[in-house]
Amino acid sequence: MAALSKHWKKIALVVVFVISLFVPVFVQNDYFLGIIILGYVWAIATYGLNILLGYTGQLSLGHAGFFGIGAYTVGVLTVNYEFPFWPSLLLAAIASSVLGFLIGIFALRTRNEYFAIFTLGVGFVIYLVIERWEGLTGGALGLIGVPYPEGIGPIQFDGPESIYYLILGFLILTIYIAWSIANSLVGRSFMAIRNSEELAAATGINVGRAKQLAFAISTGIAGLAGGLYATYIGFLGPAIVNVPTTFEILLYLLVGGMGSLSGPLVGAFLVTTLFQFLQQFEAYRLVILGPIVVILIIFFPKGLAGLWAALETRIKAMRGKGEMSGDAGASEEPAKEEAK
Amino acid sequence: MELFLQQLVNAIALGSVYSLAALGLTLVFGVLRIPNLAHGALYMIGAYVTYFALTSYGIPYIVAIGISAAVLALIGVIVERLVFHPLRNAPHTHHLIAAVGVLFFLQSGAQVLWGSEFREMPSPFTGIVNVFGLNIGQQRLVVIFASILVMVALYLFLKKTVPGQTIEAIEQDRTGASLVGIDANRVSMMTFAISAALAAIAASLVAPINLVFPTMGEALNLKVFAIIILGGLGSIPGAIVGGFALALAEVFSSTYISNAFSEAIGFLFLLVVLAVRPTGLFSKGA
Repeated sequence: MAALSKHWKKIALVVVFVISLFVPVFVQNDYFLGIIILGYVWAIATYGLNILLGYTGQLSLGHAGFFGIGAYTVGVLTVNYEFPFWPSLLLAAIASSVLGFLIGIFALRTRNEYFAIFTLGVGFVIYLVIERWEGLTGGALGLIGVPYPEGIGPIQFDGPESIYYLILGFLILTIYIAWSIANSLVGRSFMAIRNSEELAAATGINVGRAKQLAFAISTGIAGLAGGLYATYIGFLGPAIVNVPTTFEILLYLLVGGMGSLSGPLVGAFLVTTLFQFLQQFEAYRLVILGPIVVILIIFFPKGLAGLWAALETRIKAMRGKGEMSGDAGASEEPAKEEAK
Repeated sequence: MELFLQQLVNAIALGSVYSLAALGLTLVFGVLRIPNLAHGALYMIGAYVTYFALTSYGIPYIVAIGISAAVLALIGVIVERLVFHPLRNAPHTHHLIAAVGVLFFLQSGAQVLWGSEFREMPSPFTGIVNVFGLNIGQQRLVVIFASILVMVALYLFLKKTVPGQTIEAIEQDRTGASLVGIDANRVSMMTFAISAALAAIAASLVAPINLVFPTMGEALNLKVFAIIILGGLGSIPGAIVGGFALALAEVFSSTYISNAFSEAIGFLFLLVVLAVRPTGLFSKGA
């Protein structure tokens, strides 16, 4: 029993993983499976934003633009030039990351709200370019017929089920990347910057370079998500690149919890699937979500992950008091004093 | 030459609308340090209130604008109390995110309530006036004169009246203003009320030329941010100069270069300026 409560996180992780492997077996309906696939795609994009906003504390409002760069790199290369999918996807991630790095040189000279607005402008310009460059992107009509990936050896990508596993694989890869960043020195320097730029600089962190790196990783992941989106949906229109998409990704992150490892997945998956299953509320989606965003940011700025963490500490404290007569309580007291 | 002058008048009319909307945004930013991303949504709601006052209740145009300004001032106060007041000590990213929530709510609320169709706002000023050989729509003249009137009134209010001076005092030095007994809460509410009312007036003035629809504030939202960043966040003269500058750049690039370019020019200019001067052109030094 003690072992169970000690390792329950790992056990839960394995259970979730096994369930995710069997989803296509249980969900025979292509429509529902599609919703889950899209939930994963948005989760990947949200992980990208989390690295910049959640870890490093920089709010980029141009995230959808980089998602679009990735999506259209795959779209243009495969549709217009009949390029194979896999190198296109690689190029999509690289292109959006490099573009993010280059834009970051200028964007990250600005701070706080200036940075948010600068990136908002970047996102909007990317949208305008994609919408107006008809020769390349098909303009408002978009690109039709982005193919499924080519098979690798015996594995063929010919239907929603195989695409599901493909995107699940990339999601796990993204989570692994996010996890390793969070536990690395680089990740810790990101978090130091979030907590205080001045302090981070004083401890010898190269703030400019760290932010630049966070931005390039974040935009690279957004591009990857975009590329996957393109191949799954098969159609690309400029609307997906526009500013409201950024706001939606921001919402997923906020619901799940900024700066947490599980937050992007929980937020993106929960919000996208919940509203797809409640189709009759589709029109009221944002009317309901708007106030939820406000309530979350005022009362629970750390989202569901934060709520969960608070609940966990409370349970631990209660259990500690019951079992060890106030041992845990005693160890908590000094921490509270410090917080004051 | 005639085309040039004609477009110049159009640019001035557009610029006065931009300036009015940007003034509201810059006031809120200067006083409360809140980049209110929901400003464009308030602008849109303002246009709808005027529209319904005109069409459903038959209230005269000018009076309808006044009603719209009053309604939006009230909405501004409610938003300040419910959303931004509880966040006054939160990190700046939280303000932006909360504002996005308000934007979601207002914009999709309008869509649910009033549908997404484009509506034409009837205005009594439909004639064309001939000024020095130029044919100018009456509505454009109304836009220009009403905007100047509102700007002068705002200037007098901020400089010559006690409540207006409290706004400036808070903007200059929050602690100092509190020390001499200025109620920061009251100033916050007042600033939001004025900001939303200005957005409503701007939207109601331009709506008969353009159209009324739920996403009408989207493009404007980005533009007013570009304007106030160029003009320096919180700077009133900066907002006015920036508004006219953007309108001139847009109108003339669409006349002489291309339509697509004119939409992007504001942002391109914004990006260039911020890349060179990360705190805006006329910032007081952040």
